[in-house]
Amino acid sequence: MSKEIIKRTKLEIAKSPEGLEGPGFFASKLEDVIGLARANSLWPLPFATSCCGIEFMATMASNYDLGRFGAERLSFSPRQADLLMVMGTIAKKMGPTLRQVYDQMAEPKWVLSVGACASSGGIFDTYSVLQGIDRIIPVDVYVPGCPPRPEQIIDGILKIQELAKNESFRRRNSDEYKRLLNSYGLE
Amino acid sequence: MNEELFNKLKEKLTAKFNDAVEVSEITYGFPTFTIKKDHIHEVLTFLKNDEELNFHFLTDLTGFQTADEKHLGVIYHLHNMIKNNRVRIKTFFDINKPEIPTATDLWPGANWMERETFDFYGVKFKGHPKLKRILNVDEMDIFPMRKEYPLEDQSRDDKNDKMFGR
Repeated sequence: MSKEIIKRTKLEIAKSPEGLEGPGFFASKLEDVIGLARANSLWPLPFATSCCGIEFMATMASNYDLGRFGAERLSFSPRQADLLMVMGTIAKKMGPTLRQVYDQMAEPKWVLSVGACASSGGIFDTYSVLQGIDRIIPVDVYVPGCPPRPEQIIDGILKIQELAKNESFRRRNSDEYKRLLNSYGLE
Repeated sequence: MNEELFNKLKEKLTAKFNDAVEVSEITYGFPTFTIKKDHIHEVLTFLKNDEELNFHFLTDLTGFQTADEKHLGVIYHLHNMIKNNRVRIKTFFDINKPEIPTATDLWPGANWMERETFDFYGVKFKGHPKLKRILNVDEMDIFPMRKEYPLEDQSRDDKNDKMFGR
């Protein structure tokens, strides 16, 4: 009986980064350790405007439980958020607000574009709707679907985690990154 | 009841503004009058201030474009809540000179509805206190509900006839 419980509740914890191991010490790169910490404690800012936001609610709730991936704590202030999750149709009139939210987030920051509308305007090819948020802010990961299932949103978060884990320590100070921001008229 | 109201309205309007009334009819159970543009403000003022008619409430104000695409129109829906009487007033004008007096001096509630009509059809309401776009972005340079402007967003470059079978 107890063996079964032990078998069923086998815990999987995040793997430690590569490094030198010995009795009483572990040496690794600071970059890897910080990447590990960042990836497993993302604070998402949900920018939910329509049905993809409903799917996100399911993603956060107990059945799918985004808390399993360390993204449990939603931040409704952009200043403390790491990950901007844009879920839903962004009207052109909403564009400046979205940009301001992105601009207020502290580095390092990632953007997840959830669903067809946020990624490309979706079915709303019309004068009032922004044809994809990547026209006004840089996007790291796109999640397709109309709306995507919670599994797909989780997959997108895992992709963001991979980016955070493997990001070079100096990326945010690089000329390439500055050029990217400048191409969006930021900073 | 609408017949009665229609006859009374027709009688009163033709007596006071004989040549201003172009069409009078009952459509969808509403008395409807088409008024010449130059007299629209007088007619609205009369309908509001006449003691017997007393159309004190502006239910709706909206614009539209005629099928020949050469004229714009504005429709007013008026309501007398005491007697529960309603009337629909229409007026048409040339699309190249879309000017019409404002109704904000009669009903302050016309303010946002006129801004919306300006936003989507480009109707200039003379005397409106703040005639600027209300729903669309300020930078928009078209009047999107007019048939001469395309519905689709014109900044897309990934759509071509091959992909959409046109």
